[in-house]
Amino acid sequence: MGLEKKYDRDTLVIKVTGELDLVVADEFRRVVDPELERRQVKNLVINLNGVSFIDSSGLGVILGRYKKLLQTGGKIWIAEPRPPVRKILELSGFPRIMPFFDSEKQALEAVREA
Amino acid sequence: MDNKIKLEFSSLPDNVALARLVIAALAAQMEFTLSDVEELKVAVSEAVSNCIIHGYDNRPDGLIVLEAWKSLDRIKVSVTDQGKGIEDIGKAMEPAFSTKPERMGLGFVFMQSFMDDLEVDSKLGQGTMVTLTKKIDSSQAQLRTSHN
Repeated sequence: MGLEKKYDRDTLVIKVTGELDLVVADEFRRVVDPELERRQVKNLVINLNGVSFIDSSGLGVILGRYKKLLQTGGKIWIAEPRPPVRKILELSGFPRIMPFFDSEKQALEAVREA
Repeated sequence: MDNKIKLEFSSLPDNVALARLVIAALAAQMEFTLSDVEELKVAVSEAVSNCIIHGYDNRPDGLIVLEAWKSLDRIKVSVTDQGKGIEDIGKAMEPAFSTKPERMGLGFVFMQSFMDDLEVDSKLGQGTMVTLTKKIDSSQAQLRTSHN
């Protein structure tokens, strides 16, 4: 399991590896929240390429960050979700509130054009 | 061949992965599709997470019992805690209902949608037992057998 963070201008890119359950959801919150607050991040790109599993704890932590960013006019962009993870995100209605991209590059291009 | 397992573990978040991997390993001995196994993993993950988050209010000193029965055409999994119990099972099962902030209220929704049967037995102050059953889709199983 791992969380890598990097910046593309004012966009925070988080790459998650492993299984996004209760354990990783807590870690995600601990790593991402201070960044959102300290750096006044507007856009958060979450690269899910390395995520093999997600449950409602993982969904909850993404939705929680979505609500936080909404208050400051920011947005979440989902990149590279693998099929089992994408299915859970779709079943939960996530594509209605945050765009999905097949690559991180495409997500970052869309952020720049937004 | 019929098989039964029983595992008791502490109410620690790390044990959510342990529980779903054990069940996935048992299901892998059966004719389930990969997608079935993924769904089973999500349902077990939700049931065990509920014990930790709700049953024991994130206390690590609770005990969770995972039992599973495998037969020719189905797997039955029960997840039991001795936590605080559910006040209103009907409400707990409503989509998007959660007593905790940042929870999706989707745990029981996933358990219901991904399993063929879900039973919830809960007594306030005594604990909760969730029983999940998933059947093998016989048309898929036959298809795979004929390809082998």
